[in-house]
Parts: sequence; C-alpha cells; structure tokens
Amino acid sequence: MTGLMVRGLGSMTKPKIAFYWCASCGGCEESVLDLGEALLDLADRIDIVFWPIALDHKFEVITRLEDGELLATLINGAIRTEEQARLAILFRKKSKILIAHGSCAHTGGVVGLGNLHSDAELLQTIYVDLPTVENPGLLIPGVGSGPLPGEMELTHLHHPVLPLNRLVPVDYVLPGCPPTPELVESALRSLLDGSMPSPSSILGDSKALCDSCPRRPTLEEGIAIKRFKRLHEEAWDSETCFLTQHFVCMGPVTRGGCNARCIRGNMPCRGCFGSLDGVLDQSAKAVAFLAALMHAEEAREAGEVADTIPDLVGLVSQYGLAASVLRRKERGA
Amino acid sequence: MTPESFEPRIIAFLCTWCSYRAADEVGKARQPYPAAIKIVRVPCSGRVDPQWVLAALERGADGVIIVGCPKGNCHYKSGNLQALKRFALVRRLLQEMGIDTTRIRQDWVGAGDGEKLLSLFCGMVEDVRVKGPLAAL
Ligand code: SF4
Ligand code: SF4
Repeated sequence: MTGLMVRGLGSMTKPKIAFYWCASCGGCEESVLDLGEALLDLADRIDIVFWPIALDHKFEVITRLEDGELLATLINGAIRTEEQARLAILFRKKSKILIAHGSCAHTGGVVGLGNLHSDAELLQTIYVDLPTVENPGLLIPGVGSGPLPGEMELTHLHHPVLPLNRLVPVDYVLPGCPPTPELVESALRSLLDGSMPSPSSILGDSKALCDSCPRRPTLEEGIAIKRFKRLHEEAWDSETCFLTQHFVCMGPVTRGGCNARCIRGNMPCRGCFGSLDGVLDQSAKAVAFLAALMHAEEAREAGEVADTIPDLVGLVSQYGLAASVLRRKERGA
Repeated sequence: MTPESFEPRIIAFLCTWCSYRAADEVGKARQPYPAAIKIVRVPCSGRVDPQWVLAALERGADGVIIVGCPKGNCHYKSGNLQALKRFALVRRLLQEMGIDTTRIRQDWVGAGDGEKLLSLFCGMVEDVRVKGPLAAL
C-alpha cells in the first residue's frame, strides 16, 4: 500500500483533535506552531477539527460531535470570561482526554494575577483610564454596551479567574509559559501511540529545575541573604547560580522540564512549570524556600529582609495565583 | 452575627518542647482556656509549614497562632529562628492578599510560663471575636 493510499483511506478513522484558547496571549499556540515540520507529519495522522488560530471552523462543528468523539482537546489560557467557561465545559464533554496546555490553563498563569483586582477596577483601567485609550463614549463591555445598544452583548468576565481544573476535570497538564515544543510534540505522539502516562500526570520532569540547570554546580550551601537583589538594580554574572548572587531564582521549588531556557537566556526562574508533586500551594512553598535563604536573628530584621521583596505575591504567585489557596484578593464577588 | 454569638475557631500550633508544656501547666493548674483554641502539637515551631497556615484558613479557621520556644531556647537550636523568618513572609503574603494580619500571630513561651500562654490565647480569642468570621477564601 502506498503512503498516499494510507492517508486517503485513513482520513475516515483518523483520531480527532481540537485546540482551543481561553484567556491566553498566543504564546501557547506558538508552542504548537513551533513544531515546524513535525507538525506536518502529525497533521497527517490526525484530524484537526477545531483550531481557531490556524483554521476557520465554526463552533457547530463541535456541538454536532458525539460526546467523547474527540480523542483529545488541548486548551490553553485561563478561564476569564463566561464564554470561555461555557466552551471549556463543551470541550470536556466532547473529549476523551482533556489537556491543560500551558501555565494559564494549568494554574491560571499571569492571567490569574487579574484576581488581585475587582472586575470593575480592571474594566475601568483597560477601557477608560489607560493613557493610550480613547473612549469618548466611555463604553465598557457589558449588557447593551455595544455601539448599537441592544444589538449585541459581549460576554461577561468570570470572577475569579480560574485554572481549567477548577471548572472541569483535566486528564493531563502540559506545564510552562509556554510549554516547550518538545513537550507538546511528545504529548501529541504519545496520544497517537496510546502511550500516555497514568492519568492526571503533569507532563514535565518529576525533579526540580536545579537538577537540570547548567548553573547547578555553582549553587552554594548556606546562603544567607540580607537584601534580595533586583535585576534592574545590578549587573549579574552569566554563569553563576542566581541564588549564590542573591537574586531570587525559583529553580529549587519549580518543576523542571523547560530545558532551563530562562537560565540559558540569563534570566532567573519565575516558576512557570509550577510546583513539584505533593505541593498544596506553590506560593506557600515558595515562601518557606525564601525564608530559609534569609539572614535574620529577630523579627525586626526578618521584616527588613522581607521588605527587600517589594511585591511578594507577584513573585511567589506570578503564575499560580488563581490556583493558590488565597487565589483572589476581591472576595465579595 | 453579633460578637457574642460568634465563636471563633483558632488553630494554635504549639511546640512540644515549650509552649505545649506550658499548655500542660495550664491544664494541671485546672485553669480553663477558651474552647475556641484548637491546639495542634508540633515537634518544633520551625516545622510549621506555611502551607498549613493557608490550609487552616481555607478550612474555616478564623485565626492562627504559632507559639515557639523563647530565643536561645530552641531544642533544635535554630527552629524558632526558622519559624520567625517564615512568619515574616507568610504575614506579608496574607497582607498583600487583603487578609487582616492580626488574625495570624506568633509568639514565644517557655515551658513554665502557662500564664503567658493563657493570656495570649484569651487576648487572641477576644480580638478575633470582635473582628468576626474570616470571609471564605
Ligand atoms: S501560559 Fe504563557 S504562553 Fe501560554 S497563554 Fe498563558 S501567558 Fe501565554
Ligand atoms: S537556583 Fe536557579 S540558577 Fe541556581 S541552580 Fe537552581 S535553577 Fe539554576
């Protein structure tokens, strides 16, 4: 049988896969497109039934499917709007396997930092207050807020921002902001080969980033920091461990699997691959880790060292706020 | 809910070597302590994982108090120092997330100082009673 025939005949039975984006920046889509030629090879073996960034499909394609007819859906982005919540529930129903693709779907990602503000504050800032915004009619998305009142209603914000698994059961996680193309490719190949690991696995390393970091040999014991240095304030050495230089690096409390790409780019880790197995709260784990680095003999001193971290939540929850125990600042809504 | 009708729930992490012994002193002297205080005995205040503090708040505690050995008296030499540093950051984390940090306390009590422990407990229960329940996380 020629390859061509196999392709032709197989089209009826090729496994159906969908990609969807919720509140995302597009970076996770890049992690698929960056597969390059490997993507063409994979595209031969699967039937991509929905992929907004690349193909022009209508939602009816999905609603018409039988439940569980999709082998898998990869969803990136956090749940930030009511529409995203509705579609995530739909894709869950139609998919045998649902994969949270990237930090935003996994733990809320940077989108989750929206939970530090109320919806009203966010809308006011984005649609009215920002210096680059021109909005003479002071239009803000909501009921009947379109240019022609009553004609259309934009979706409402979902408060709080949720990671995917707070809304629907998730079978696997592709961690990272974004995941590496290598991880995406290996997940797609395992899906097709039926060789996925046990359900609810996180498809990264099981060890901390330091374990695979090229600067690991220079990580010193007994680090005692009186002042956490900040990147915009001082120069740093491009080969020595960041912690040894007293810059915060989240490597010791972050799952590896990213090829240490930030470190190789001479930037410290900020935790996008999330925590290691068994951790209940990424931010609390990070707090314990940072505390152990601090040099302080009494409460006042400890407070002073803590003061050298001006935005603790932004540091320890940069990617995980929406999935953390504290998860939102505005608790009224 | 009026302050009178609200019975707070406060988790007290007590170190087995000092503050837990102080609690024993209180018991031996048959002095009552507020039922709002739920004691969790730990091997050392330095073992109190920040995750436990968040877990307590998530599961309905209205306050948390961590009591370790006075400075220089840690059974493991530096466990209370570890506790102190962790507390500085946990407090800040909660503060940045809009939680009233007087609901989270840390203090140091020697094994023989039941009186001090009792007054810490009573003071905290009264303060939290006035604040009312912690809004659900
Ligand atoms: S995980 Fe990162 S790359 Fe992916 S959508 Fe979120 S912000 Fe973008
Ligand atoms: S702390 Fe950061 S720089 Fe140092 S070894 Fe770990 S990952 Fe590498």
